Amino acid sequence: MHDPDLGPKIAYRALTPEEEARRRKRSLAIALALGAMVVLFFVLTIAKLGPQVLNRPL
Amino acid sequence: MSMTGLTNTIGPGAETPTFPAVSIGGDVPDYFALLKPRVMVLVIFTALVGMVVSHGHVQPAIGVISLLMIAVGAGASGCLNMWWDADIDAVMTRTAKRPIPDGRIRPDEALSFGLVLSVGSVLVLGLAANWLAAGLLAFTIVFYAVIYSMWLKRATAQNIVIGGAAGALPPVIGQAVVSGSVGIESLVLFAIIFIWTPPHFWALALVKAGEYAKAGIPMMPNTAGPQSTRRQIIYYSVLLCPLGLAPVALGFGGLLYGVVGLLGGLGMIAFSIQVFRNREGEAEKRAAMGMFGFSILYLFLLFSALLAEQGLGLFRPVMGA
Repeated sequence: MHDPDLGPKIAYRALTPEEEARRRKRSLAIALALGAMVVLFFVLTIAKLGPQVLNRPL
Repeated sequence: MSMTGLTNTIGPGAETPTFPAVSIGGDVPDYFALLKPRVMVLVIFTALVGMVVSHGHVQPAIGVISLLMIAVGAGASGCLNMWWDADIDAVMTRTAKRPIPDGRIRPDEALSFGLVLSVGSVLVLGLAANWLAAGLLAFTIVFYAVIYSMWLKRATAQNIVIGGAAGALPPVIGQAVVSGSVGIESLVLFAIIFIWTPPHFWALALVKAGEYAKAGIPMMPNTAGPQSTRRQIIYYSVLLCPLGLAPVALGFGGLLYGVVGLLGGLGMIAFSIQVFRNREGEAEKRAAMGMFGFSILYLFLLFSALLAEQGLGLFRPVMGA
């Protein structure tokens, strides 16, 4: 059974306001990059398959 | 709720050290700097020229996405290069302020970033354009990150001669995107960049020889000596001048390109002679940096002329009219 006293210890410290701001900006950049990827794959799909891609029998 | 940063320690009871601020990651511009944005711009430019000189047609959206992926792939290989070379970057003043040696980004973060972008760019290029282009991009990334960075750079004075192939491949990838094949046009552009690379880098290496020596990189001035390097700069420049005119002979470079190629090629030879003649002190440095700067201008004008001729309809045939 895992004994937390024997394994590597993990300690935490509070981030400084400047570090928190940096983390927020990074999170925003990741969100924007993910959004850009969604747009990219949408455009790619339309460009490759044409606007009729969704017009098909279910 | 308080935001927290992760720290670690080894073994029970050991004192708990905290990582420096870098443990929570760098700023967004630091990650962008890992991609060597200036190199990315050059890659976009040369790949675009490779696309416009190709016979074929590509949907604009596919073309833009492909260019973007080529740039991201090139940036990823630059990131992997910075990860691998962080130790020598820290020694050289020119590179000591890069995000990893400066402590702004951890090496493992840079490695993950580079690998994810490498795989992502190759896959998206394959889906967007074709798998030949994707394969060429993958080869470029591996060649730059593994063959050049991990092997050649620290092993031989011919490092940038052979490694130059990675920087010369974007026009070939560009042509593969448009035509689905590799033709003589992009191979000639590959050859031009390949032969251009040694005199371009060796001019800088002449000035930075002390730094490269300190970092233990066997650049040509450190191994063969400055005099031999200057001679080789002339040889490559003399070879580059007629090679730069090959697009005219092959019919995809017109009058404008021919004039730019001839004047630029002669300029490269003239600057290389200046480098050979000025071997001492400030004059040596001025001549070498002059050569370095002009070589960038030469390549830019050469490819701009092709772009203007093919993209803006300025093409006036010289041969086979």
